[in-house]
Parts: sequence; structure tokens; C-alpha cells
Amino acid sequence: MTVFKSVAAGALALALLAGQAAATEDFIVVQSTTSTQNSGLLDEILPEFEAASGIDVRVVAVGTGQALKNAANGDGDVLLVHAKPAEEKFVADGFGVQRFDVMYNDFVIVGPQDDPAGIRGLGDAPAALAKISQSAAPFASRGDDSGTHKKEQALWNLARVDPAASSGNWYRETGSGMGAILNTASAMNAYTMTDRATWLAFNNKGNLEILTEGDDRLFNQYGVILVNPDKHANVKADLGQTFIDWLTGADGQKAIAGFKVNGEQLFFPNAVSQTN
Amino acid sequence: MQDFAQSFVLAGQLVVSGDPALAEIVALSIQVTLTALVISALIGLPLGALLAVARFPGSATLSVLANALMGLPPVVVGLLVYMMLSNAGPLGVLGLLYTPTAMIIAQAVLITPIIIALTRQVIADLNRSYAETFKSMVVPAHTAIAALIWDARFSLLTVLLAGFGRAIAEVGAVMIVGGNINHVTRVMTTAIALETSKGELALALALGFVLLLMALSVNAAVALLRQTDRSAVHV
Repeated sequence: MTVFKSVAAGALALALLAGQAAATEDFIVVQSTTSTQNSGLLDEILPEFEAASGIDVRVVAVGTGQALKNAANGDGDVLLVHAKPAEEKFVADGFGVQRFDVMYNDFVIVGPQDDPAGIRGLGDAPAALAKISQSAAPFASRGDDSGTHKKEQALWNLARVDPAASSGNWYRETGSGMGAILNTASAMNAYTMTDRATWLAFNNKGNLEILTEGDDRLFNQYGVILVNPDKHANVKADLGQTFIDWLTGADGQKAIAGFKVNGEQLFFPNAVSQTN
Repeated sequence: MQDFAQSFVLAGQLVVSGDPALAEIVALSIQVTLTALVISALIGLPLGALLAVARFPGSATLSVLANALMGLPPVVVGLLVYMMLSNAGPLGVLGLLYTPTAMIIAQAVLITPIIIALTRQVIADLNRSYAETFKSMVVPAHTAIAALIWDARFSLLTVLLAGFGRAIAEVGAVMIVGGNINHVTRVMTTAIALETSKGELALALALGFVLLLMALSVNAAVALLRQTDRSAVHV
């Protein structure tokens, strides 16, 4: 019986210990997207900033839609996402202070090697999508209001195709993150659109390969925004701004350029140069 | 699929190598879930027993409610706790979002109904054979409840294990309120989800095996405890 009691007491003591807060240090919460995390970029560059500044960066990686919503709720100090129109609206609505360009890469359309829609080598993304819809070959969509999803919808618009009309048929909205949709597309031999960084770092490509790339309209710009401290008093404006200054400054831009997977650079820094 | 074999090997290597990143994630998983379990037990065991023994206005409704809430989807719990703890929510001032404490709260909310509902059933069954004795000896209610909980402790351990299993295995709630932040709120299930989305399926499954191993260890420890306790009673 005593064993029983001592174990119960031990569990209670453990629980009380766990309740104590972890070391109090300077940290900021960054609401970001799955592509920056799934590609490994943030794991690579953040330690450099943390060592230089002593500020711990806590990244919450969700779709751009959810990141914007969380940041509007004040649940984060900095927003690092890739949906320029939505970001500009975020600032215009007063939720963010100012938007800065950080880096870019591009989207690519990937699909099965046998390419039933015949889009291989097309340099025109809307034309490629139109061909996919004509052939009714399966296309897996993020369907989660993320930056990639917004871009995909804009391209369908340009192609004058309403894929939602075929939702559940050849157009499959899965409502999942970038990596998850690549798993899905790989499993169902579907076409999908992905940012190049996640694609290059992705390790379950299966039968998929890049079929359409190089269209200017596939450009993928990332921006960074400080959440407005006037809206939410808890926002750590100073620490957040320090991070933004680093990211858009010489050191951060160099770190971004230096991030490579299998020898390929995944993100291209393009912040407007600042005095650092 | 060679992924299965690869995962087994990888899981073995992870455990043997004592990878510090993995150790941190395992430790946080256990810490969060055990704390949530202790909180749920402190609320659920007495409340479940009370529902089994006493009749008071609303007790039947409470029982039905607890039974129904056993099916609460983790992602809904996560969403509710997020909306409470968000800086735009009523408890935002506490600054608990994206901390292990938020994850403990979410898991406690998730499993407390399970502990209440199962405890009520276990104690009600036992009380059927005890009720007469309690009545004839005029035992006060709180003494009766304490005696019932103690005598049902082995069944209640299984109840607690059910709660532990549910909490350690869920991903929907801790993902939303914890944020899967590296070195801060990353636990086994969110790490598995992350590796899956990177396409690292073998590593993800290996982490799954490690999680299974953790659950096995806890259950084995409880089985051992049960045996020691039983033999101590017989001496």
C-alpha cells in the first residue's frame, strides 16, 4: 500500500515542479508559414540571430491565412508570410506597423512523370492549369487559404477555369499544409503547385517531378511585418523590430542566401538595403 | 515497403543513441501529459465518485454530459483553449498561449470527462455491494467515497491509463495551443506531424515507435506497481 501512496505523492510533486515556469529569457513569437519551416530555412538561420542578439525566436508555423488571423489576435510579435495583397491589407487594417520585403523564390507545378495533361515544359502557368482541367487529371489543392492557395486561385482565375465546380471530382481540396499536400499528391499521382523550397527539401517525391516552371506569375515574395503594439500592448515591439532589422539587414540577408539543400539555394534575399 | 524496416532500425538507433533533441521532446511529452493527468485525476476521481454515490439536482445530467464529452474532438478543445488564451481572448493577459501550461490545460480539458465518466461507472458498480453496509453503519458520505475510491484503486488505475493514453496520443489540441515551437512546445505527436509534412516518413514512423515504447513503459510500470501492491497486501 505504501508503494501506491508514494507513487501518488511522487506524481503530485512532479506536477507541481512542472507548473513552475521555464527560464525567463527574452523571446519573441513569430507567426510564419509551413514553407519556411518545412524547407528547413528557419532552423538554419535562426540560431545565428539568437547567438548575435540573445533573443530566442519561437516560430509557430501554420498556413498564411491562420498566421494572419493569429497575428491579428495579437498572438505573436512578428509575421513572416508570403501573400503580399493579404499582408498589405493586414497593415492597412492597422494590425501591422509596416511591411518589408525579405526574400523570394518561385512556385512550380509538379505532377506525375507520365504527365497525362501534357504540361511538361510549358512556361505559361495558367495555360498549364487550363490543360489540367481539360484532361480532368487529378489536381491536389491546399484549400486552406494559405499563401500558396491564394496564388493558386489567382492562377486559376487567369486560366478562366473555376476548379471549385469540379471539387471532389478531379479537383481535390485537402485543406492541409505544403508538405502534407505533397504527400497526398505523391500518393494519388496528382498535379499540385508548391513553392520550390519545400519541393527541393521534400523527401517523399515518389513519382512526382517539376513540369511547369519559370513563369513570372509564379513569383513568390515573402514579407515581414511587426504586429502593431498599439492594437495589442503585449507585443514586444523592440525585440520584434530587432529581429526584422536583422532579417532585412546585411547579416540576415546573407544567412538566407547561404541556406542550401543539396547544393541548391532555396530563397533569394531581396530586402531593400538598409543601413545596418 | 522498405520504410517499415527502416523505421524500426531508425527507432532503435534513436533510443540507443540518446539523441538530446529526442530526449527533450520525450521529456516534455511526459511532463505535459502526466501533469494534465494529475489535474484531471484530482477533479475527476472525486467528482466521478460523488456522481456514483450521491443523488443531487443535476447529477443525472452531469453523468450524461461527462459520457458525451468523452467524444470531444481534440481539435475542438484546442480551438476553445486557444480562443480563451489568445491575446484577443478573455484570459490573454495571463500570457499562457504557446507554453507547455497551455498544452496541459488543453489535455486536462480533454481527459477530465473521461476520468469522471469511467470513475462514476467503476464506483457505481462497487457501491452496489457496499451501499447496505454503509447505510447500516451510518458512514458519512465523504468517508464512504474515500473508502470506495481506495477499494476500487486497481480499476481506477486503468481509468487513469485510459486518460493518459488519450492525452499522450492526441495532436490536434497541443498543435493549436502549443504551436509546435522547437525546444519550447514540441512534443512527440507534433514532431511526428512535422516530420510527416517534410516527407520524412521513415523518421516520422520511427518517432511513432518511440511514442509507443513510452506508452508501453508507463503501462508496464503500472502493472508492476499493481503486483507489488497486491503482494504487499497478502504479506
